[in-house]
Amino acid sequence: MASAPPAARPRPISPHLTHWRWGIHMVVSILHRVTGHALALGAVPLFCWWLVALASGERAYGSFYRTLSGWFGYMLAIGFTWVTLQHMANGVRHLVMDSGAGFEIGTNKRSATSTLVFSLVVTLGLWGAIAMSRGGI
Amino acid sequence: MAKGTALGRVRGLGSARSGSSHWWAQRVTAFANIALMTWFIVSLVRLPDLTYFTVANWLRQPSAAIPMVLFVASVFYHFRLGVQVMIEDYAHEEGWKLSLVLALNFYVAVAGAVALFAILKLAFGGSVG
Repeated sequence: MASAPPAARPRPISPHLTHWRWGIHMVVSILHRVTGHALALGAVPLFCWWLVALASGERAYGSFYRTLSGWFGYMLAIGFTWVTLQHMANGVRHLVMDSGAGFEIGTNKRSATSTLVFSLVVTLGLWGAIAMSRGGI
Repeated sequence: MAKGTALGRVRGLGSARSGSSHWWAQRVTAFANIALMTWFIVSLVRLPDLTYFTVANWLRQPSAAIPMVLFVASVFYHFRLGVQVMIEDYAHEEGWKLSLVLALNFYVAVAGAVALFAILKLAFGGSVG
């Protein structure tokens, strides 16, 4: 009696990374989580080590300083500078969006792009200034 | 079933019955972090060098130790909330989720205690010569 079901049509699939067309607002959103976790799980142990070394005296601080004053330390420091600034910039963007503003697609993509521009420009500017003031990093 | 007041219904949203306060605390600490992280970065950049005596003599002053205590409290609370959301998003099995959130809480408690103790030891420890 019942008519045959319409020809099998793909069912809607649950939204996930592999199903969305990538856009800058999506990249920045994922980066927010990645940078946040890099800070929580990567920068926090380093920060604690730094504080404990300071509290433990000159020798302990010396071993912290020697470990992190080579190229590896600079990579970490510059990397975490960018990670922090990106998370901060997009965090401010999220606070604005929490007020209900900035959801129009054009505005949203522009604000997403501007967080990346801000974090990259300030990281380069900051480390450029440090390099110049000390005659090389 | 009593529905209670509008406020009563809003309080306790979410699977842990604390969704709205979690969300709000994340925003409050986010605002605090903007100021405290800016202070932290500017302070480090302004130090003439990062040798032991320079950094230790800076951090043992109340004008640095107090913001640093606030920095640890606000940043650590903020990341605890954020990491918990990721665990809840991706750990679907209840036992696994509970274990990870428990591990997160221990991580934050230990790291927070270590960081705060180190700051206070330096601040209360007198001159570092």
